[in-house]
Amino acid sequence: MESTATDSEAIAFRAEKLTKTYGSGEATVHALRGVDLEVPSGEMVVLLGPSGSGKSTLLNILGGLDSPTSGRVFFGRRELTAFDDRHLTLFRREHVGFVFQFYNLIPSLTARENVALVTEISKNPMRPEEALRLVGLEQRMEHFPAQLSGGEQQRVAIARAIAKQPNVLFCDEPTGALDSKTGIVVLEAIARANRELDTTTMIITHNAGIADMADRVLYMADGRIQRSERHPEPCAPDQLSW
Amino acid sequence: MLIELLKPLNRKLVRDLWAIKGQGLAIAIVIGCGVGMYLMSRGMLLSLSETRAAYYERYRFADVVAPVKRAPNALLDEITALPGVRRAETRIRAGVILDVEGSSAPITGEIQSLPEVPTPHINDIVLRRGRYVDPQHEEEVLALDAFAEAHGLGPGDHLHAILNGTRKRLTITGIVLSPEYIYAISPGEIVPDKKRFGVLWMNREALANAFDLDGAFNEAVLLTSAGSNEDALIDQLDTLLKRYGATGAYGRDQQISDQFLTNEIDQLETIGRILPPIFLLVATFLLNVVVGRLIDTEREQIGLLKAFGYTDRDVAIHYLKMIGVIVLLGILVGIVLGTWLGRGLANMYQDFFKFPFLLFRAPLQVYLVAVGVSLLVAVAGTFSSVRRVMQLEPAVAMVPPPPPDYSRSARWIERLSAWIDQPTRMILRHIYRWPRRAAMAVLGIGMSMGLLIGASFSMDAMMYMVDISFNVIDRQDVTVNFFDPRNDRAIYDVMHAPGVITAEPFRAIPVVLRNGPRMRRESIVGILPDAQLSRVVDTELKPVEVPPAGIVLSDKLAELLQIGPGELLRVEVRTGRRPELDVPVSGVVKTYMGTAAYMDLAHLNRLLGEDTSINGTYLLVDPLQTDALYRELKNTPLVAGVSLQEQAQNAFYETLQDSLGTFVFFNTLFAGLIAVGVVYNNARISLSERGRELASLRVLGLTRGEISYILLGELGLLTIIALPLGALLGYLLAATLVMSFDTELFRIPLVIGPSTYGYAALVVLLAALGSGLLVRRRIDRLDLIAVLKTRE
Repeated sequence: MESTATDSEAIAFRAEKLTKTYGSGEATVHALRGVDLEVPSGEMVVLLGPSGSGKSTLLNILGGLDSPTSGRVFFGRRELTAFDDRHLTLFRREHVGFVFQFYNLIPSLTARENVALVTEISKNPMRPEEALRLVGLEQRMEHFPAQLSGGEQQRVAIARAIAKQPNVLFCDEPTGALDSKTGIVVLEAIARANRELDTTTMIITHNAGIADMADRVLYMADGRIQRSERHPEPCAPDQLSW
Repeated sequence: MLIELLKPLNRKLVRDLWAIKGQGLAIAIVIGCGVGMYLMSRGMLLSLSETRAAYYERYRFADVVAPVKRAPNALLDEITALPGVRRAETRIRAGVILDVEGSSAPITGEIQSLPEVPTPHINDIVLRRGRYVDPQHEEEVLALDAFAEAHGLGPGDHLHAILNGTRKRLTITGIVLSPEYIYAISPGEIVPDKKRFGVLWMNREALANAFDLDGAFNEAVLLTSAGSNEDALIDQLDTLLKRYGATGAYGRDQQISDQFLTNEIDQLETIGRILPPIFLLVATFLLNVVVGRLIDTEREQIGLLKAFGYTDRDVAIHYLKMIGVIVLLGILVGIVLGTWLGRGLANMYQDFFKFPFLLFRAPLQVYLVAVGVSLLVAVAGTFSSVRRVMQLEPAVAMVPPPPPDYSRSARWIERLSAWIDQPTRMILRHIYRWPRRAAMAVLGIGMSMGLLIGASFSMDAMMYMVDISFNVIDRQDVTVNFFDPRNDRAIYDVMHAPGVITAEPFRAIPVVLRNGPRMRRESIVGILPDAQLSRVVDTELKPVEVPPAGIVLSDKLAELLQIGPGELLRVEVRTGRRPELDVPVSGVVKTYMGTAAYMDLAHLNRLLGEDTSINGTYLLVDPLQTDALYRELKNTPLVAGVSLQEQAQNAFYETLQDSLGTFVFFNTLFAGLIAVGVVYNNARISLSERGRELASLRVLGLTRGEISYILLGELGLLTIIALPLGALLGYLLAATLVMSFDTELFRIPLVIGPSTYGYAALVVLLAALGSGLLVRRRIDRLDLIAVLKTRE
């Protein structure tokens, strides 16, 4: 039930009374049971919670991949929940960057081309080379996914997500498949994008250790936000440990 | 639910099958087409052969026919006494011109004698309607069913016939079928024309009176005893009948109706031998590709099952069952389809050939062969995939495969790279990365297009053959045959008939040609060396002059006699003074129909030791005056037969539409289904392999159209690459079929019209488009969220 925008900063997202149910009758699953949330622009939010708590559902709805059963979502002043499929696609294309647990790179394209795939269809992208430099991969641009390590693949995915200069960056378990040392390199890339591009960032994780790098941590359980915790002084990723 | 009763692995089987129902069905249809094609052609072949055999047996179709000019009836005892003769009869058979109300053109016909009362005789008739002729009424006749039907004639109707120069009004009392006229075709024609060729049967005495054959016959018909030497019998008959004007006895192989029927059966046999294996080959190939790729996508599940303790055998059997269900479904589809089409074809044949009975019935062994071969196909198509399943190590299978390595890309793609966008690059690299898979897809699509061409080109070839035969070789409008050889002044009589623009004489004589042990009964046609109407053309279709000496043979006849230009050919003339001559072969020319032999008319007459005489003319006529000409010809006593090119050509086209057209339609249907099956499967399997990649792209903000381009663009590219290959495969298939259609009656030229290529390409493209749309619907329903949560 937490929804605190601390000051008059521009609001990136506002969610009102979001519910999401799957199935019907006895088999009904309540993934979200009424979520209210405001995310100011440029904030870094970490969503923590056990599996099944509704974090991914919430992220998918905010990212325009899924629609709620009831409730409304606003992106800035526009109501996402009123968009049709075509407008949702455009929304994702222009404003949202995604990073997934399993990278989801296109194996037939090099690192640079994977980034270019997105910059080709964006309105105001940075150059793919620049995005890759931001994640520290300027030396590996011509490599195919098969020639990159897991951490490198995830950094390409981050470069791909930030290259369009999105307003928001959604990361679903970005370090889930990585060891902690590699994970930190990846988190540094995310933090840097948040800091240098002022990208509103939401990270889903199981890993409580990551929460220290957030401006705000939302604890989810049972389809609700149970608790919110602010960090006036977030840690740098290299200070984290898990 | 029934499914609850099954073991878990079998439940998985049922649900997996349901999940791939579209692809499974597409494979089943391809197998079904092969099986159906085999059943249809094989079953039809057997049904037709058996029907023919039964018909011939029951109605005592003559083994040997011996025509003479005139021989006394008493000679029958001598004929019967010849060794190898089981039974012999004599009869009168003569050419007539028929005149039916409502038909201005004269109709060429034959009239035959009937015993006084209906007794079982050789070449017996099947009385369909009406009654037998009454010997008291000389004008009563029976008429051939096809002819009567074409003119709307029935018992009680009348027609006129010119019998030996005398016009007579005849009354039809009955409609009959005859084993002698299953393929009712006028001598010298190439297709049956129900309207332009009529056969009548008349009381013998009446017919003998009309043709001055009292106490005599002009044809002996014989049944031979089993195991007798037919060639020896024919020689003895020729010797015995020589002084009665025998033109040469012949066996069933030279009987025109049987010749054509045999040709038809041979063609069915060829089609049944060549096409179904190709269909099944495509099916094998498709199974191989689809099952292989399907199993690749199930890799993790296989690992899991093995990790749980299922043996290699259990898992292999699981996939074999899956394949088995698809193959059995295919066999079922094939049996239903083949039987249904076979029945349809049988009806068509019965209508066309006028059999008294014709049932499509494929014997059990045909079905067993179809099932057995399909199972073999299944094994061949899936062997390597199932072996891979057995060999897969569970630990390896459960680890997600590393991302495929695209780093060794082709230089030319990279050089192009500057010019193309990422989605196009994905298409090109994907094809380059899996060249074998792409090649298989191209080959599969190409094969289906090849089948389409192979199935439908014969129409083009036949049309071409007819065009050449009617418009390049035989350019006359009308051919008039005289009863007896006439002085060449007879041509002036005909020249004066209304509407005749030019006339060219010819003389056709029956001969036996021998080159060593090889022997053929043929006609030699003597024509003017610079003939303009019925011409002789070389292999380049350029008209050639018939040399003043020697004989010119059609390429097929030269091949049959194994003789070439410059060699001497033994010519035994079977008319007039019956000279036996050695004539040099002076040329070999191109013909698509029959086995013609030509000579210079004057040279021929000199060899025969006769003055200039002719027994027919070719006419070029004014189309506005044909009715007047026809009236005149019908009433000219010397005219024994008239054949009209235009009608013959039309009849040919009609026949082509009826018989070949039906067959081509079925084949095209099969081939089209295969094209759909191949293309759809390719698209569908690509989607399941790349669904995750495509969903990721959707999440990144690519539209449905943009990701459809990646998948369907590849399919489209492969389809376009496959088109020229398909054209080539079609050409090769057509060439194979043409070679096996080479018979004495026809040589089908290897001609494939641009429209056939275009049509086949269109079917393939439509199949691709349809498959693309089906797959596009699935692209639209891609689950974007599921893909993010699961690894590959």
